[in-house]
Amino acid sequence: MQTEITEPILRRRRRSYTLWSKYPMALLRFAKKKPLGATGLYILIFAVIVAVIGPSIAPFDPWDTHRTSRLVAPSSTFWFGTDSLGRDLLSRTIYGARISIFVGLVTTISATVIGSFIGVTSAYFGGKFDLIVQRFVDAQSAFPSLLLALALMAAFGASLTSVMVALIIIFSSRGVRVIRSQSLSIKETPYIESARAIGSSDFRIMLRHILPNTFGPMMVVSTTLLGSAILLEASLSFLGAGVPVTVISWGGMLSGDVLKDFAGAPWIGLFPGLALSAVVFGINVYGDALRDILDPRLRGR
Amino acid sequence: MKKYIGKRLLLFFPTLTGVALAIFILMRIVPGDTAELILAGPSGEASYTQEDLDRLRVQLGLDKPIYVQFVRWVADLARGNLGYSAAKKRPVAGELQRQFPVTLQLGLLSVIVIWSISIPIGVLAAVRQDSWTDYVFRGTAIVGLAMPSFFVGLLVILVLSRFFNWLPPFGFVHVWDNPTISFQQLIFPAVALGFSSSGTLLRMTRTQVLEVLREDYIRTARAKGLSGKVVLWRHAVRNSLLPVVTIAGTQIGFLFSGTVVIERIFNIPGVGRGLLEALTVRDLNVIQAYIMYFAFIALVANLLVDLTYAWLDPRIRYG
Repeated sequence: MQTEITEPILRRRRRSYTLWSKYPMALLRFAKKKPLGATGLYILIFAVIVAVIGPSIAPFDPWDTHRTSRLVAPSSTFWFGTDSLGRDLLSRTIYGARISIFVGLVTTISATVIGSFIGVTSAYFGGKFDLIVQRFVDAQSAFPSLLLALALMAAFGASLTSVMVALIIIFSSRGVRVIRSQSLSIKETPYIESARAIGSSDFRIMLRHILPNTFGPMMVVSTTLLGSAILLEASLSFLGAGVPVTVISWGGMLSGDVLKDFAGAPWIGLFPGLALSAVVFGINVYGDALRDILDPRLRGR
Repeated sequence: MKKYIGKRLLLFFPTLTGVALAIFILMRIVPGDTAELILAGPSGEASYTQEDLDRLRVQLGLDKPIYVQFVRWVADLARGNLGYSAAKKRPVAGELQRQFPVTLQLGLLSVIVIWSISIPIGVLAAVRQDSWTDYVFRGTAIVGLAMPSFFVGLLVILVLSRFFNWLPPFGFVHVWDNPTISFQQLIFPAVALGFSSSGTLLRMTRTQVLEVLREDYIRTARAKGLSGKVVLWRHAVRNSLLPVVTIAGTQIGFLFSGTVVIERIFNIPGVGRGLLEALTVRDLNVIQAYIMYFAFIALVANLLVDLTYAWLDPRIRYG
């Protein structure tokens, strides 16, 4: 009798945990429940695809100066128009996506990994280490991120690597804060006590029991970080303190001569600006939806 | 209350010192020092001998150990001596004194615009939850969050010049010289500066008001026959503004650092533009003084937030 009842339950549970049926179904449910959030995810996926296959879909070389067609309005040849040097803006916008997405993803993933590591260990061990980490995080959160980024860039010099290092330094502490507070409450749960009682090592407890349970907030915070990282990189490049001018970036496309020519030829600033805003918008609404689903306590903030 | 203020003030100075130390160390990582910068000239091509360099380093105190340099710098800062600009060959304090009122006007105007728009609209959006009003304002707020301030600034210039055929008066006029022109010059930069911050604040206000409206004491207030208006403004809004104050206060520091971007777009001769100029020529003394200034504003804003919080919330005052 007993086996007859438990067996179907067991089988159903096993089936729902199979990897390949789980994720597409979850995605479908997500799209139905949160249409705006799903749209955001589609925008992000589209941007990533454009960034990856960019060189093969760009109609022109982004550095090619078409001398006879400077500041040409959008047309059938130049879909997004050309800039003051006669360079095709569609190609440049596509190449700009590569930098934004690349910098955004690399810094977000690194900052999340570093932030989780420090956040979990700081919460788990507590004591002096935790206190020092907290002071650092507090001091940094009081400091406007654009300013810290400018100071770091002044110290490192303008290059792609230093932009990423600066952003990782800035955003790691945000991850630390969220993961730490989450880990603190998990640490007090009975199952951590049980794990310790059966002799699990500290490392194992942190890796197998605490870290997986911070996954929800971690996903939410890394989504917001992705948006902030892309915006901050663009702001730095706009100010000329980000990626060097030899690298095409959306922020860089809006700086320099653009300020002079913009009123007469608005397309030179509109397209990169819209692309940037659309991607960040997509990330933000996706992050909001994700938070509603994964972390009900923070809903709507 | 006194104990709380004392504790909070005591925390302020170590943080400030920590920030100063961080900035100072960062500026030592920068390749080249002030002496090299002075000798090499603004374009970095003038030739000089090692003896010249050594002599100037002694003159500027750069030969001293790094902790002595740090203590000297902090002592100078405390006395109001912000250092000497190597590129402009002028004291930094004078520059800052000239630029500070400009940025202060821009920042304060922006703060006023943000608060007076987003808090009332946030309350409105909460009261009319899930109506068209709510959707439109929330939608605008979400879009605003996604737009970098330099893009908002460019769009503002575009709309003004294309559709209204008008641009803010050129140059810069202080508010006490001619309030009208000053307002015309600064209102659009202020809006561009505060656009995304007001989105955050609007959403925060809306959430908080909605949360408080579900509380038991709101139902009690309604049940004892108070009018909707009194319940909303006296009971709901007042109680929901606490977290809003926190966000609004911390935004001040971020707003002032945002002037670096906005002053470039609108060509405003403020502190932000000064910092940017110093960054392009790597004028270390100026960079560290200006970053210290922005950090100081952010820290003071945070301090004021905490004190306001204590004043507003008796639980903290007596706790």
